[in-house]
Amino acid sequence: MLFTKDKPLEEILESLGAESNIFLLACNGCAEVCETGGEKGLSTMKAAMEKAGKKVTGTDSVDFLCNKVLVATRLNREMDKIEQADSILVLTCGIGVQVVSKVVNKVVHPSANTISVGGLQGLWASDERCEACGDCALDYTGGICPITFCAKSLLNGACGGTHDGKCEVDSEKDCGWQLIYERLEKIGRLENLKKFHKARDHSKMFPSKDLRETSFYDIEK
Amino acid sequence: MRMFVGSNLERRLAAGDFAVTAEVGPPRGPDPADVKKKAGILRGVADAYNVTDNQTAVVRMSSIAASKILLQEGLEPVMQIVCRDRNRIAIQSDLLGAWALGIRNVLCLSGDHQSAGAGGKLKGHPGAKNVYDIDSIQLISVVKGLRDGAVQEGGDSISPAAPFFIGAAWTPLGPPEKFRTIRLAKKINAGANFIQTQAVYDIKRFAEAVRRAEDMGLTDRAAILPGIIVPRSAGMLKYMNANVPGIEVPEEMIRRMKNAADPKIEGIEITLELIDAVKNLSGIKGVHLQAIEAEELLPDIIRSAGLLPRPRIY
Repeated sequence: MLFTKDKPLEEILESLGAESNIFLLACNGCAEVCETGGEKGLSTMKAAMEKAGKKVTGTDSVDFLCNKVLVATRLNREMDKIEQADSILVLTCGIGVQVVSKVVNKVVHPSANTISVGGLQGLWASDERCEACGDCALDYTGGICPITFCAKSLLNGACGGTHDGKCEVDSEKDCGWQLIYERLEKIGRLENLKKFHKARDHSKMFPSKDLRETSFYDIEK
Repeated sequence: MRMFVGSNLERRLAAGDFAVTAEVGPPRGPDPADVKKKAGILRGVADAYNVTDNQTAVVRMSSIAASKILLQEGLEPVMQIVCRDRNRIAIQSDLLGAWALGIRNVLCLSGDHQSAGAGGKLKGHPGAKNVYDIDSIQLISVVKGLRDGAVQEGGDSISPAAPFFIGAAWTPLGPPEKFRTIRLAKKINAGANFIQTQAVYDIKRFAEAVRRAEDMGLTDRAAILPGIIVPRSAGMLKYMNANVPGIEVPEEMIRRMKNAADPKIEGIEITLELIDAVKNLSGIKGVHLQAIEAEELLPDIIRSAGLLPRPRIY
């Protein structure tokens, strides 16, 4: 079970910026249970987007968004609505957002922060990693996680250690920030790199009191 | 230009002189005499001296202690701080302590990953846990907060403020190259006043990178000091070209060193040519010289480059 919590709406709107046509994609797995995803999450977010003056070009939900094959296949039939959108707002965990970014050539925005990856992690069986930092930055990094892909977890990378596109730690390992750069270049968002990310609030990693009081946490106790 | 701390380095740059900084690596042991020995060799030849912070992830005498020893010896330190080993609490605490000890210049770095271990030459501590609570750009903004806002990262105020002259690194030829100028801009926006670069050997490509920075107005907002590491053999140049991120050595230079009758003299010759070349680049305000574990070469090099005696401003 993977816990997610909605980002504040202002934060989502700031990240969407001038994009006005949005496709909403929700997960029916863990995020459905947390009510960040699923039908409930979708309808709440659709209303919020429309209230904020955004056009929702379409909505869809997939169980589970961490499964790349499933997501790629399923999104195929929604492709015209996705094409009309400036970006996809993904209502799920950090892994799901990374998966969507990998299978669709669109800008992705996370609607939630991932707080815990304790327990079963849906059908995730691939190389995306989410550290449940509680302050998802995937919208600025083209859906590639700087926390888990960068050996130094730099939010304002790349460091001076990149060598031929590889990490200073391991010449076989891609530099996460090199991948981020290439991805942003591909989706026309290189200006994202200019954003200064403040020091992380590591306290966001810890589940809040209201989350700790849910039955899911009780079961794991 | 506003004067932040009035350090020797800051004054030199403000006066428009071509600045010279050099590097003093602290010893792997506890003996202050090792630092004093290097201080004795280098006294008077540079405007300020970078004191490295456990570079290549090898444990050395702390940069704060070695910086203080330099001060006692009459040399002005540029205290390097890496984000690898301390969180924001420890770093700010050390910054306040450094200020109390009279240290005024700092250089903010991410720091080599703990797996570095001096590029395999020493064991190091590859099993250590890294910190990276904040990154180098966030560190710059933290130091700026202590200086300009008299405020800690968390928001608590300090009194008085702790003014530092803030430095940052630039790897202009690191991939992705276009991104490096953007990142330099981020560092300058965050508060960096001076920039020391990764070692430069390929003047043509470096000049192009500086031009890009100049076009963005960055060279007016921060003083750029290109790094030059005195080459001592063709093997060393080859090694750096292949293994040190962001260092690009032209083939021709490697060949030249290989064919040299005395590589040591040739290396000094190349260093002098590099100093001369960067001196003539628009947007360059000085030079950062390193002669790794061969500091005795620097006084003659700096003299031959026509940069001695260093002007006194006091």
